[in-house]
Amino acid sequence: MIGSPDLVAFTKEDEYGEASPDPWALPEEFSVPLYPLADSNPWAKTSYAKFTKDFILISEFSEQVGPQPLLTIPDDPKVCGTFDLNYFSLRIMSVDYQASFVGHPPGSGYPRLSFVEDSRVVLGDSKEGAFAYVHHLTLYDLEARGFVRPFCMAYVSADERKIMLQFQELSLRFSQASECLKTGNRRAFAKELQRKLRDLEYTRSVLQKEEGLQREAGPQGIYSAHAVEKANELANVEKSIFEHRDLLRQISSYPRRPRRDPHAVTCPKCMTECLSEYEELLDKYATFASPLNYTEKGERREEGEGQTCEEGGEEEDDDEEGVKRRPSYIPQLIKAKSAKCFDKRLKTLQELCDETYYTATVELLKETERSFRGDLCYLHTRRLDGALRRKQKVTNFLFEEDLGEDDEEDGGTLRPFCAVNHAVDNSTLTHPPPIVLCPEPLELDALEPLDPLEPVSETSHTLESELGPGESQLESSPSDQTLETQESSEATKGSFSSEKSMEGHADGEQSLASMRSEPPDPDPDLTPDPEHNTDLERESSSEEVETTAGEDEADTGGDQTPVSLLEGASELEDGKQEECEGQRESGREGVTEEVCETEPELLVQIDTACCMAQDGFLYEASVPDSVPDVGHSSHPQPPHSLVVNQEPQALLPLQGDYAVGSPHSESPTPGLELPVGPPGDTVSRCSAEDGSDCTMSASTGSDRAASPLGYGGVVTLRQRKKAGQGALRFVRQYPFALQALWCLLSGRTLVVLGADEGRVRRLVAALALFVPGPGRCGERVQAWLSCPFTLTDLQRWKLIGLQRVASPVGSSMLYSLSRYSRYIAILDTDQKTLRCPPYRGQLLANIADHRTYIRRGSTYFLHVQSTLSSLAAKAFLFTFTHHLHMPVTSTEGPEGLEARRRSFLQEQLGLREEDSQILLYLSQLITQQYLQPATGGSAAAPCFSFNYTTSFLYKI
Amino acid sequence: MLRWILGGRDAQSAVEKSPVLCIGEEQPKNWFTELQVLKGHFDIVRFLVQIDDFRCASAGDDGLVLVWNVETGEKLQELRGHSQQITAITTFTCVSGDTQHTSLITASSDRTLSVSSFSHKHKHTLCRDGRQQGPRDMTRFTTLAIVKCLLVLERLCVWLSGGDELCVWNKDFQLQCQRQNHSDTGEHKQEEQLLPCAPDIIYRLTVSSDSSLSVAEIRCLSDHQDNIRALINVNDGLFASGSHIGELILWDATEWNILAYEHILWEESQADTQAEIRLGAPKPSEMSIQHLTTNGKLILAAVGSGLYVYSILTKTVVAYRKTAHDSNVLHTMLLSDSELMSCSEDGSVRMWEMQDLPLPAEPASPGFFGMWSFGRSSKQTGPPSKKVMEMPSLRMLELTGDLIGHSGAVQMFVSFGAKGLVTCSTDHLLILWKNGERQSHLRSLALFQKLEENGRL
Repeated sequence: MIGSPDLVAFTKEDEYGEASPDPWALPEEFSVPLYPLADSNPWAKTSYAKFTKDFILISEFSEQVGPQPLLTIPDDPKVCGTFDLNYFSLRIMSVDYQASFVGHPPGSGYPRLSFVEDSRVVLGDSKEGAFAYVHHLTLYDLEARGFVRPFCMAYVSADERKIMLQFQELSLRFSQASECLKTGNRRAFAKELQRKLRDLEYTRSVLQKEEGLQREAGPQGIYSAHAVEKANELANVEKSIFEHRDLLRQISSYPRRPRRDPHAVTCPKCMTECLSEYEELLDKYATFASPLNYTEKGERREEGEGQTCEEGGEEEDDDEEGVKRRPSYIPQLIKAKSAKCFDKRLKTLQELCDETYYTATVELLKETERSFRGDLCYLHTRRLDGALRRKQKVTNFLFEEDLGEDDEEDGGTLRPFCAVNHAVDNSTLTHPPPIVLCPEPLELDALEPLDPLEPVSETSHTLESELGPGESQLESSPSDQTLETQESSEATKGSFSSEKSMEGHADGEQSLASMRSEPPDPDPDLTPDPEHNTDLERESSSEEVETTAGEDEADTGGDQTPVSLLEGASELEDGKQEECEGQRESGREGVTEEVCETEPELLVQIDTACCMAQDGFLYEASVPDSVPDVGHSSHPQPPHSLVVNQEPQALLPLQGDYAVGSPHSESPTPGLELPVGPPGDTVSRCSAEDGSDCTMSASTGSDRAASPLGYGGVVTLRQRKKAGQGALRFVRQYPFALQALWCLLSGRTLVVLGADEGRVRRLVAALALFVPGPGRCGERVQAWLSCPFTLTDLQRWKLIGLQRVASPVGSSMLYSLSRYSRYIAILDTDQKTLRCPPYRGQLLANIADHRTYIRRGSTYFLHVQSTLSSLAAKAFLFTFTHHLHMPVTSTEGPEGLEARRRSFLQEQLGLREEDSQILLYLSQLITQQYLQPATGGSAAAPCFSFNYTTSFLYKI
Repeated sequence: MLRWILGGRDAQSAVEKSPVLCIGEEQPKNWFTELQVLKGHFDIVRFLVQIDDFRCASAGDDGLVLVWNVETGEKLQELRGHSQQITAITTFTCVSGDTQHTSLITASSDRTLSVSSFSHKHKHTLCRDGRQQGPRDMTRFTTLAIVKCLLVLERLCVWLSGGDELCVWNKDFQLQCQRQNHSDTGEHKQEEQLLPCAPDIIYRLTVSSDSSLSVAEIRCLSDHQDNIRALINVNDGLFASGSHIGELILWDATEWNILAYEHILWEESQADTQAEIRLGAPKPSEMSIQHLTTNGKLILAAVGSGLYVYSILTKTVVAYRKTAHDSNVLHTMLLSDSELMSCSEDGSVRMWEMQDLPLPAEPASPGFFGMWSFGRSSKQTGPPSKKVMEMPSLRMLELTGDLIGHSGAVQMFVSFGAKGLVTCSTDHLLILWKNGERQSHLRSLALFQKLEENGRL
């Protein structure tokens, strides 16, 4: 059916040599491989792709027309170019491994809904030059065959490695989207069922009436053929009612189901909402079920079943509608025969899901697409950066642009994510669901598969990229339950499934399908049987035997890999998600879009040093065994506990970090989104989130080009890079740049004096890079001031652009300059002079080298960043080293302490007097930041430190 | 120094214009390396008073009395009792049993007196909820005349309010006696039984056997040639007064004799400037004694924009500096026997140290004073170096540091020792000057404490 299918192997390398990882080694995720492999040409493989950029494709396997593409994200025909979406849809839909039983399984009287977990597959098409992460999911549709509609979402990229390395994160992001879609779908399905049930009830009542009439009309004890027919029809309807009621029960049991999919963590709020809704429905129809005397309308009324049909078309209570009021639903008479005809119009994806959920999902996918823009190197660097920064939370405020993840850093992979804005829901819900303070029961349920053997297998993948893209191999799921699908996949050679995870999922599905009514016990059947494993391996792919034969050993030996991958992914995920939130909430879709598109360019600009890194990374990516030992040293836990370790993290965010639950609000009202936490907490969280709002765009580099540095404007990465250019120019132009930078870094306010506003502003923007702790929106920087300043201003601003005017105002300004000259350094841009204390240190020579060879602003920016980061790290060390601030013995006086501190600064850190001042200032900032009460600022005025030293005048 | 900023075309900066010496930016002895700006007042802040070892109250023309925590810089209380500017403020500490009550007595030109009590609980509980805890009770009195000054006689547990009328109150804030004053401007300063009241009148406060108090006029201090500007009690037997034209008189409190008379007369000694000096004779305001402080051994007089240290023991001038500030000195303080501090209308606070003169040279600063017991002479005899030789006890007043922060005149300051210094100014601000190193050490302690609390140590 499909020609030349590709196989993309997703296996794990054996790690026989990895017995005892060095506990002191740098975590692999932070290290950069030194030399690139010669043959890893990054451009070799992507040249023949027919599309230029990665995109997301949503396809459906329509029961009427077969596989068809539904939409792409971004929704732009240019994106896919000449790429054949229809063909590709066919490809991706043909590898659906969701094991779905439809219809009546043996032994059960009613039709069963198949609760299937999503499946994740990586698929390649070498001819098209396309590789895709494919996420299959199933939505429910009462009118569809088996009540299911298979869909899939695919992330299509020309870079295979990108997909492979980002697999975990892609999987996470798409799982979230899928969960969102499915939640919406379940609600819609429940509504549909309800409608159907109403129709059926109505039909039944009509039939009952008719039957009664028939019976009265006919002679006693004798039934006419017509009456018998009516009775049969009635029986059919009743059966149908029972079936639908059962369906309703099934669908409402869904949230309580144990989930096998570690990514399938639903937002507890949604869940409660759904649950309460379902319960309502269930209650309604359960009471409905018992009395069969629905013959008289009046009786119906009395029983309080107002929502059943009323012939007069009276208004009904539509509390079951939950979301919006609508005119009463007029039940229709239903033909006895269930309508499953093929000429009917199938519901669209929008119709299948709640509108809210659909849009939320699309937004989520858009974000996903956005966050995966750029090539692998870029993504990887960003991840490293993020990971490092997360480790340095205390000092990040100094020089790093804020990631804004302070709150959810631990949320990690399994943070329950809800794409739907609850604020909106709440405002329209007539019965807002109760806020659940402890959703643990549910979550514990969901996390039931703590069964040590099972989840491990889900995460044990590694890229096997030695295999060429054209080579076809099949990595099968070695579970007997999925044998069928496996074989079918073999038959179609539809490329490959993400082996073990698939296995886990398939297991889950199967077990769920078969023992849905049983309590969720860790069934031994669920654990992959090694024998089966090898058997199947032998059958399906001869080449992979040795890999998979060692599966069980590998399980114990090399399972740190997936965890580190997961971690990286999760960390990255957070950041990205946040970024996108920020972007979106800033309401500048257009701008950010544009900027995001230009990001690769930025990347390209990075000079050769970075290219080295890029090569290195590609090298790392192309050699499979460099990946597996990622994070070994930092995670020397037994393999099984690894995944388990992650799961509890999923619980934490439920209580604490849920604040970010709905990033989709255009007008964020975070207070409403906090179902948990004490009020004080809420406040701080709100502020934190606000903060993240304003900083997010910083990390993606959206540029408000027009907005100057200063209040209201977020200092974005792009601006910072531009500032890097300016700073480089400054450093090259002025020999006293060293002194100026030292002033800024040691906390002495620098006043940039000049008559030309543009010049001063540019200089201020450039120098703002060096202001420690500039604040989220650059609060410590005043780009342009044209009135005299006071001491309070000096306290508030660390860098001031001051207008030189020849007027009385100007003279009073100059008076204030001279009056406060002891607190400031004055950089005169017109006369090119600097007045400040002398600097004799060595530390800054590195970044303020007059004759630097760095030519590019972005390079210089990164160079500065690295220097400043190391400074911040030193300051951190200094601040939190106990014996430098506290006496070691009770008899030790302050002199000993002072001497120790000095010797630490001078000998251990190798800093001279002036450099020590920088460190002391940074340390002071860190201390203040740490001591700052979490809720708002302190009541006390901020401190302003200074020292009395003589200033000198530097000239060019 | 800063002419380069001005581009050579603008006016000179104040520093350059002034003949007063400038210490420059290198101030190794100045340990005030951190400041906090305390905002809260809406008008000139005129008074500062120390409540206990960590609180102080500030009052000003906006009628507000604000209580501050000096350690943290937090505003603890805001007392709004007066509708007009505050004319006097003092604390009244009363020990009854083991509890100590401090009352803050304020007088305002809205003709009211108000008394706010502070209980001395543990400092830290106060720190924590000081904001909520207002003064326990706030009593208000209406007086007939505007009270210009307040004086607490702790040994008698009474306090006096002076102005157009003189009232004596006891610790329960009941009016003991009252007397019409014949002059409307004045300052009462005295202690037990003696109540010299400017201008020129001393009252005796007698405690009769039935513990009722009476105030009797004792004597007019008529030896001053001009208005008495400052009056200070040195010890039980001595008090000192200073007049507008620079006369400093040391009085015997029991005999009402003048023990020493000093007419401070700044005079330029340089020959080349003599002509100018003659032309523009020193204005009285330049010689007016604005403020007197004493520590029992020395009297520090703020004379015009200069400082003048007088030893009570030797009844001689110890040190002086004519142009200690650019403008009038408003408040002074003796930190120790050799260190003093002054604040001025020029917006700065300066710290001085009395150093022995490097012999035999005369300090660079020009100056002259005439000193005769009971003599009044502006006669000048001999060059200043000769003077120095004549008075070997003379020491030099060396500027060790200055605090620049206020943009208006510094009205007053209160020192909390190592904890810092509070200054108040016409620019509506208070500035809390602290030792940066000490503060940074305290912050480090707090940091590790918090780490420990968080269990991360």
